[in-house]
Amino acid sequence: MKEIVVISGKGGTGKTSITASIAILAGHDAVIADCDVDAADMHLLMKPIIKKTENFYSGVIANINEDKCTNCGICADICRFGAIPIINNQHTIMPLNCEGCGYCEKVCPVEAISMHEQNVGDWFISLSKVDNVLVHAKLGIGTENSGKLVAKVKNEAKSIAEKENKDYIIVDGSPGIGCPVVSSLSGANYAVLVTEPSLSGLHDLKRVYELVKKFNIKAGCIINKSDINLDMTNNILQFLKEESIKHIASLPYNENFTKAMTVGETIVEYDHSELRNLLVESWEKVKKEVE
Amino acid sequence: MKIAIASGKGGTGKTTLSTNLAAFFAEKEQVVLADLDVEEPNSGLFITGKLESIDVKYKMIPEWKEDICTLCGECQKNCNFHAVIQLGTQILVFPELCHSCYACSELCPTSSLPMVKQRMGELKHIKSGNVDFIESRLDIGQEQAVPLIGQTIHYIESKFPKKALKIFDSPPGTSCPVIEATKDADFVILVTEPTPFGLHDLKLAVDTMIELGKPYGVVINRYGIGNNDVIDYCKENNISILAKIPNSRKLAELYSKGKLVFNELPEFKEELQKIQSYILNLKIR
Repeated sequence: MKEIVVISGKGGTGKTSITASIAILAGHDAVIADCDVDAADMHLLMKPIIKKTENFYSGVIANINEDKCTNCGICADICRFGAIPIINNQHTIMPLNCEGCGYCEKVCPVEAISMHEQNVGDWFISLSKVDNVLVHAKLGIGTENSGKLVAKVKNEAKSIAEKENKDYIIVDGSPGIGCPVVSSLSGANYAVLVTEPSLSGLHDLKRVYELVKKFNIKAGCIINKSDINLDMTNNILQFLKEESIKHIASLPYNENFTKAMTVGETIVEYDHSELRNLLVESWEKVKKEVE
Repeated sequence: MKIAIASGKGGTGKTTLSTNLAAFFAEKEQVVLADLDVEEPNSGLFITGKLESIDVKYKMIPEWKEDICTLCGECQKNCNFHAVIQLGTQILVFPELCHSCYACSELCPTSSLPMVKQRMGELKHIKSGNVDFIESRLDIGQEQAVPLIGQTIHYIESKFPKKALKIFDSPPGTSCPVIEATKDADFVILVTEPTPFGLHDLKLAVDTMIELGKPYGVVINRYGIGNNDVIDYCKENNISILAKIPNSRKLAELYSKGKLVFNELPEFKEELQKIQSYILNLKIR
């Protein structure tokens, strides 16, 4: 079983559209994991039927029992996150600021503070429109995306893939270089980097590849909207060569990306010519790469 | 006055709007532009100017003093993040898990875990005409963006007067980095695109702003692609649409070269004018 993670560093490069296309092409051979839990969009294209929903608890949050609290202010003094201001003459926890470290609970002289588990979101096991299993999640607003929910989604996908003897896990990764993307990458066999030929696209590709290198994961790259700036596309190709990253495909700027999404389809379902062919070829190349 | 430019979905045009809006305002007044997307900062690709300063930014982590430690195990009990672990006769600190809460350090009976600085990134201050540009950049391998975003905002607060116009290019998403970047803003501009992904992530961003109790408005980028659902959603929920930036391949091409676009695309400049007058009419100012 091979785990293939699609990441992009920069947002809006077409990562999810491409991942969903690969998910359709892989069909029954794959379990799909949407690890972009902060703005999960894959379900809009995969039209899943949810089979199982679970709450996800991660970390804790402080709560003050106002009946016990003497407003001595020790908790507010030691809180490094400014999470305990005085509101209406009462020390009050600001949930969005509370990091859940529990320091306040430990120093409170009258045991007025207790820590409570925090529901940070839900995760789902679904059947997609082509009947492959999709594991996805919805992060609660303003909660910490510590990568734990990402890890949960991925591990769940992994155990399903193992149980059902699937060949591939296809992961839609998170943006950036912080904890969620670290969680998306850990344990992966191959990273597909989706970029676009812009200064920011190349800049972000280089940063995210630094991270991929730290994990020692083999990588390939798809350049989307490659004809928007041919000089920049050449710069990216040069970078791929220097770093021995496989150039998987260059896709043209094509409105079918948006048109397909607008009718709730993946590109390989909507487009029947160049784009589809390039994506079919891309998936074949990726399969060869992970053999 | 602080204006944060945010979006649920990545790649909707936050950086394009932030940099161009700052440069447009700067034709008439002083502007502070801050790139708070510290994981992937891009605004700097569009701003050239004179480097005023570079500061290394640190987070505080505990450092084990073996000689005075009695291995009582309190630190491990006091750390909710599993960043301090006792292994046999060793105390191990995992900096990437540490939230700098100081509990292990200050509750240690023998003061064996003093807090020390650890590099997490770098803050650059660049002056470009009327624009003071502040960029923070998280080191690769550092996992927590929030402390660096917080320190960057602190730098700006201490350096510039309260009434100066400040534009914050925020990170994408709806989790802690966005909260940190927008929680002190006077007004938040949510940039979206008129597609199903754009709408889905806009709704998440709107929920976040409601949760924060922030006044906000929407700018639709790449207007003309996709469908009308974003407009219908905004109308149904009485959300102001500040501007509709037309979809343009020329804009994408200029952006790809790291160029500001408003002087080359009159239709884009018109939309910036609308956003400018909306901001100038805000009661907060």
